[in-house]
Amino acid sequence: MIWLALIALLLFAPSAWAGEARPLADDPAVEERLKHLAVELRCLVCQNQTLADSNAPLAEDLRREVREMIVKNMSDKEIIDFLVSRYGDFVLYRPPLKSTTTLLWVGPFVLLVGGGIALVVALKRRGKKVADAAITEEEHRRVEQLLSEGVKRS
Amino acid sequence: MTRFFLPLAIFGIMVGFLAVGLTLNPREIPSPLVGKEAPAFSRQQLHEQDKVFARKDLAGQVWLLNFWASWCSGCKTEHPVLMELAKSGAVPIYGMDYKDQRDEALAWLNRWGNPYQIVGVDLEGRVGIDYGVYGVPETYVIDKQGVIRYKQIGPVTEEALAKTILPLVKELQAK
Repeated sequence: MIWLALIALLLFAPSAWAGEARPLADDPAVEERLKHLAVELRCLVCQNQTLADSNAPLAEDLRREVREMIVKNMSDKEIIDFLVSRYGDFVLYRPPLKSTTTLLWVGPFVLLVGGGIALVVALKRRGKKVADAAITEEEHRRVEQLLSEGVKRS
Repeated sequence: MTRFFLPLAIFGIMVGFLAVGLTLNPREIPSPLVGKEAPAFSRQQLHEQDKVFARKDLAGQVWLLNFWASWCSGCKTEHPVLMELAKSGAVPIYGMDYKDQRDEALAWLNRWGNPYQIVGVDLEGRVGIDYGVYGVPETYVIDKQGVIRYKQIGPVTEEALAKTILPLVKELQAK
């Protein structure tokens, strides 16, 4: 039974899709806009692929929807709103700045500033330690002597 | 002192974030449609092809809309739960046969039983897109005013039914 279904899928599905998509796909301007939009949109099935890359049936369907909206001359914003109203911000690779996405947007900068402050503090502390290490005249002479001996030996 | 406690604190915060992350399911994408009006549809019925299954016919009652397909394994998993629910009569279940073949769908229902009042046919998956379906099975709880109150992503489990869906249905029916 399952095998029959699979064979039927293999036989009929691709031809059905191709037949559906062809009249729209022929227009290069539409395809160009679709490509432009689809790389900004996330496929919901294979979550780390864009709508442009994914071969999941849902991605196929969503590309068809987007294509139809392009043909209807809808703006990019209208098309994206259509998808966001159904699937949420998740479909966007660049989610908008909202209360729920603050950490996502601000987090890296917080880490950067935190790291910067930690670095400055650490450097200042070390600077103080080096300056504090004063040596006496006697020690100074001994260092000079050791250094010049080193030069002679080499 | 800070030399020891600072790394420990940072480690603690990281563990906290990772622990929360582990309990989340990345496949569950919260639906923006919960709390909004259920999208209208009008589709051919699976059993009686000359009849139409439309959302507006169901106004005034609390109902479940279940997207399923004969090719979907999760639908088989949840099927006994839906059958039990249908038998209990707690809430009517309506089906949407998502991107399926008619004979396969009918055979599936004949074989395993039919928990649905009516099944609509969504051959091209367009109703699915309007409802934000990204993988069958998905089930929506819709109230008397036609507002989506809850979305179950993946199979309806006995636990989800007892803890979330049925209490919600009861509450909505009482309104």
